Amino acid sequence: MDSANTRGGAPPVPVSITLTVNGREHRLDIDTRASLLDVLRERLGLTGAKKGCDHGQCGACTVLLDGRRANSCLALAVANDGAEVTTVEGLAEAAGAAGEGGLSPIQEAFVERDALQCGYCTPGQLCSATGMLAEAAEGWPSFVTEDLAAEPPALDDAEIRERMSGNLCRCGAYVNIVAAVREVGA
Amino acid sequence: MRPFTYERADSVDDAVALHGEQTRYLGGGTNLVDLMRLGVEQPDRLVDVTRLPYDQITVAPDGGLLIGATVRNSDLAVSWSVRQTHPLLSQAVLAGASGQIRNQATVGGNLLQRTRCSYFQDITKPCNKRDPGSGCPARKGENHNMAIFGHSTACVATHPSDMAVALAALDASVHVHSREGKRVLPLSDFYRFPKDDPSRDTVLKPGELITEVEVPPLGMPSSYRKVRERASFAFALVSIAGALKVEDGVVQDCRIALGGVAHKPWRAHRAEEMLRGVAATKENYLRAADAELESAHPLRENGYKIPLARNLIVRTMLSLGEGA
Ligand SMILES: Cc1cc2nc3c(=O)[nH]c(=O)nc-3n(C[C@H](O)[C@H](O)[C@H](O)COP(=O)(O)OP(=O)(O)OC[C@H]3O[C@@H](n4cnc5c(N)ncnc54)[C@H](O)[C@@H]3O)c2cc1C
Ligand code: SF4
Ligand code: FES
Ligand code: FES
Repeated sequence: MDSANTRGGAPPVPVSITLTVNGREHRLDIDTRASLLDVLRERLGLTGAKKGCDHGQCGACTVLLDGRRANSCLALAVANDGAEVTTVEGLAEAAGAAGEGGLSPIQEAFVERDALQCGYCTPGQLCSATGMLAEAAEGWPSFVTEDLAAEPPALDDAEIRERMSGNLCRCGAYVNIVAAVREVGA
Repeated sequence: MRPFTYERADSVDDAVALHGEQTRYLGGGTNLVDLMRLGVEQPDRLVDVTRLPYDQITVAPDGGLLIGATVRNSDLAVSWSVRQTHPLLSQAVLAGASGQIRNQATVGGNLLQRTRCSYFQDITKPCNKRDPGSGCPARKGENHNMAIFGHSTACVATHPSDMAVALAALDASVHVHSREGKRVLPLSDFYRFPKDDPSRDTVLKPGELITEVEVPPLGMPSSYRKVRERASFAFALVSIAGALKVEDGVVQDCRIALGGVAHKPWRAHRAEEMLRGVAATKENYLRAADAELESAHPLRENGYKIPLARNLIVRTMLSLGEGA
């Protein structure tokens, strides 16, 4: 926590919350200031979701929050009491592919297509792609969708790039990320 | 971040009763939590309003919309009714932020997001909006993305919301509640120009809660365009929400609102007036755009917004007219 603004001397405010993370329920005593990302990483030891920026700008902290992709760095844990969270650690199980070496379809495609270099953005890319494919399956349009009043189009590269634009990759692995998402979205 | 207590409101009465001096309402938190982390906002209490019963979009018999303040940005953008009757609103929301942030952000929070002026976000710098009377370094400093209309010596910032630009073009109004009761504010009077008090973005009084946004029917083709420094996931340099009705080659009605150019969405009334009743031609669109932009006052680094805005107006009207 940055110290500059705690000088007022007000004491931290403790609260109890319940989170169901990757199918397991946890009761947690936390500080109201804790982000969902910090709770996942520091309290539950789930270090898959990354803290790239802590300002909503990079997508490395993306998880599925009640089934939808969200930036866990901007989500206050206390405001998500009772929520169901899926992190990259739980993607395979959520896809019914648990077990030794089991991977979800998008994880499989990332491996096949070499859709990563350093891997730092990858957990966020995987959770984001999982959420994005579900949105597309529900018929959600995007900003590049030509006619909003028509059935949404197939996920071509322009659609994939627009829908995945909240996930930055400093290694520039975009070409293969798009290919992996295209394969699963087809 | 300064410690704060967290309360969850179950009703409007609850929410406004819980609001004290250093309280902020919490929507998705995508702007507020960020600003708290930066030290720009230092509330001692958050009142979470996301469970209030305002999470629906209702379509009125006349085709107007009543949009609950806790509707998530994604749900607004993908709503089938909104896409069919008010596509510029869907597009404007889809043009904003990222898929993740739109899933978290609420309509009320989107309207009240603060400026992205980098001096405002940096608590080591002076800024009249954050710290009244401390000065405005943007005026003579880095101002390539600041306002060209309606700025003052005190502040040259722009309002960042894409959604609000579409709502300005749509003549929307905002329903707000306080302990004194309810009032309805036309969006045109909701946001303020900075004048000598940039600390206030809107005319809202402390503790007023947004509950709904009302949008009248539109009944003409519309669209939202946005120019930014990269193809996606960036705030607008200039954006436009436009609508146009052409019959027998003559403009019957039109709407033009610009984003990224002022402290509030800039409704181009002058251009609209010039276009109603004239031939739907490129020359007329250009003339109207130039007339509108006559009142612009660019700063040292943002003169480029004038041709950008002009081209956007012409381009948008031309493409909307093509369908007629
Ligand atoms: C990286 C990034 C990129 C972005 N890009 C864009 C973009 O391109 N275009 C764009 O338009 N936006 C963009 N945004 C901003 C985003 O749209 C806003 O953060 C979001 O809409 C705010 O909604 P929220 O519910 O999370 O608000 P919160 O952060 O919860 O609240 C914002 C403000 O509104 C107040 N508030 C919330 N609800 C109410 C209510 N019902 N009544 C009264 N007050 C209320 C809060 O007290 C707070 O002051 C971006 C954000 C990020 C982080
Ligand atoms: S433009 Fe406004 S927000 Fe930016 S530094 Fe000046 S006063 Fe602050
Ligand atoms: S860490 Fe959350 S978006 Fe960058
Ligand atoms: S693989 Fe290195 S940041 Fe994306």
